[in-house]
Amino acid sequence: MNNRKISLVILISAIWLTLCSQILLAQEAAPPTGTKFDYHWFDTNRLNVFITLAIVFSAILWFIARAKKGKSLFIRRIAGLDAIEEAVGRATEMGKSVLYIPGIHDMNDIQTVASMIILGNVAKTIARYDIPLIVPIRQPFVVPVAEEAVRQGYLSAGRPDAFMKDNIRFISDEQFAYAAAVNGIMLRERPAANLLLGSFYAESLLLAETGASTGAIQVAGTANIHQLPFFVVACDYTLIGEELFAASAYLSREPKLLGSLKGSDLAKALIVLAIIIGTILETIGVKWFTKLFVVQ
Amino acid sequence: MQKFFEFINQLDRRIIFIFVALAIILPLLFPLNIKFTVTEPVRGFYEAIDKVPNGSKVLFACDFEPGSLPELYPMTYAALEQMLKKDLKIIALSLWPAGPPLVEKALTDMAQNEFKRKYGVDYVNLGFKEGREVVMVSMGSSIPNTFPQDYRGTKVSQIPIMQGVNNFKDVKLIVNISAGYPGTKEWVQQVQARYNIGLVSGCTAVSAPEYYPYYQSKQLLGLLGGMKGAAEYEILVNRIGLGRRGMDAQSMAHVIIFLFILLGNLAYFSLKKKGT
Amino acid sequence: MRKEVPLIITFLAGAFFIADYFIPHTGFSDLAAKINGWAIIVLAASYILGVLNILRINYGRVAKREKDWILKLILVLCMFFMLGAGIFGGITEGTLFDWFFVNTFTPMQATMFALLAFYIASAAFRAFRVRTVQAALLAITAVLVMIGRVPIGETIWKSFPDFTEWIMNVPQLAGKRAILIGAALGAIATGLKVITGLERTYMGQD
Repeated sequence: MNNRKISLVILISAIWLTLCSQILLAQEAAPPTGTKFDYHWFDTNRLNVFITLAIVFSAILWFIARAKKGKSLFIRRIAGLDAIEEAVGRATEMGKSVLYIPGIHDMNDIQTVASMIILGNVAKTIARYDIPLIVPIRQPFVVPVAEEAVRQGYLSAGRPDAFMKDNIRFISDEQFAYAAAVNGIMLRERPAANLLLGSFYAESLLLAETGASTGAIQVAGTANIHQLPFFVVACDYTLIGEELFAASAYLSREPKLLGSLKGSDLAKALIVLAIIIGTILETIGVKWFTKLFVVQ
Repeated sequence: MQKFFEFINQLDRRIIFIFVALAIILPLLFPLNIKFTVTEPVRGFYEAIDKVPNGSKVLFACDFEPGSLPELYPMTYAALEQMLKKDLKIIALSLWPAGPPLVEKALTDMAQNEFKRKYGVDYVNLGFKEGREVVMVSMGSSIPNTFPQDYRGTKVSQIPIMQGVNNFKDVKLIVNISAGYPGTKEWVQQVQARYNIGLVSGCTAVSAPEYYPYYQSKQLLGLLGGMKGAAEYEILVNRIGLGRRGMDAQSMAHVIIFLFILLGNLAYFSLKKKGT
Repeated sequence: MRKEVPLIITFLAGAFFIADYFIPHTGFSDLAAKINGWAIIVLAASYILGVLNILRINYGRVAKREKDWILKLILVLCMFFMLGAGIFGGITEGTLFDWFFVNTFTPMQATMFALLAFYIASAAFRAFRVRTVQAALLAITAVLVMIGRVPIGETIWKSFPDFTEWIMNVPQLAGKRAILIGAALGAIATGLKVITGLERTYMGQD
């Protein structure tokens, strides 16, 4: 065992011991007046959620392990993701910039995490073509993450010199001030391609419609279902829900990431099966099966 | 005719904007008073508040900012009217930074001026706390620890209405008015699902479809979608507010959009037939 | 270590909060609340990053008198003005901060939101052309829901609201749930990849 591994074990143990001691100390403390102290270590009402999560996790990890062994995995064509390359190509031909809008949520939203992953891949592609990549950001916490993702993208493409830190811009945490500023960037700097990938709300159409009026090629993607119709009508390509999360695997083609897609697909197949069985049983008046899925 | 369809096909969007503006402004100036009935989700919202015993404490989470004011203020005022008529004790807060002044204004207008209720005794504005859903989870452990002082800077321990309020178990219902994130979805996922407490939501029309599954699964006891929801709710509360007055304008705007879609398609088919 | 430490923290935090959902133990919940408290502090502190980013980007452009430098100067001055007004004068009713909030910020935000009505109209006009069978279905459903959800729909046909409610509750919801299930699984898979360190592009690591 080398020094690095020993340090890691010590670090994990220290954090774990701190957490355990905090729990034990809290156990000793008197509960606040009027509240009941709960000594249970597992909420049996949530057993069904636990089992479902365990199945989904196992399926994903199993497929990842298979992929690591070199088993080839098929993944369907996702037009929206192919269009990103096309959009970057068009921007290069026109000698214009690419605008990447990572949604309006913070890093605690998994869509923003997915968006940062795509940003890293997009930056890698853009770095090869030597065109500006502008990333306007609403949440200050996302700024350093976006900077790192873009920097790494440029580094991977062998163009660290082309990375421009000032193009990762914090705008405002106010939703419509942000929308107004991004619309301003679209109208003034006229990017050839707008990529809107992440979590969007009421500003989605304001951004997409302004982008459409500038003639930019637009690729959007979100898991916020109520904003999808706006993107569908105003953008050239739209990534719907899970396609946004599939992007990192699709773009990088890394086997271990592709494996996770297969795991999700297996889980989806199981859910479809459960829905079919549940529908049939409910129709004939058998209730116990659906009750298995009730979350307390 | 060919020229007209070509004109429609290439229509400058600013012409559409003018028609939409007229369709909104004219009915506001000259009301048509179109009649409408109340839908089930709105009735659910009304009944959930109605079932809360008089004098109980409710949490009023106003998660919006000035941007969505025209759409959400009518339902905020109507909800305050129903709660105050029942003498419910209102604990208001906002998880949107620009929300508290708007909540304060609504509370002053309704609770203080119209219903002559006393601040701190009958209602309180806890203000804003950064942290979004983390704040919700934290309130599940302790509301006074999460909001140690109210919007006016008074310590929560010194506010009469907050006596005996420790966490969600001490309020009878959560009334959420939501413009997006953090909002209804987070209240359902982080609070309703964890603490099994009654929750009703009023939201912007655009986000209402997203919350329908929660209403169907009874995780939301009622749902007001946009100005139409507010207008229906105003009928139940017996209040003539901005929601009801805005319905004519909304009707006309929808008709105008429909007519433009129709015209656009007529032009498309006509030009396609002629091979243009 | 530069790579491992963030991964360990991510793993521990992720695993801890998954466990928190299943563990009702008060001691554990209290600890989770405490960690949530840290998260609130970190989130609030991140605004300093935002202010620094605005200053860094705009200072250079103002100093070099680049295009629109005067607008960037106004931006920075306004930011400090409101910051000062809030810190020194307070933010409650009747303060300078509140006056600017009510008289500038509120109407500007409402204006931006109101623009949606116009943009929806122009986007619908452009997009709802019946080019294919799917496009026809989309356009017809959109028009039915649009008319049925305003009072004029009820005037045209008494059962119009019930019909649109059915569209919203059955076909719309079925499609939406299908997308939701897919998105939720995608989110779980991404979460798992992040927690286990399989995916670290977002950290700037390959």
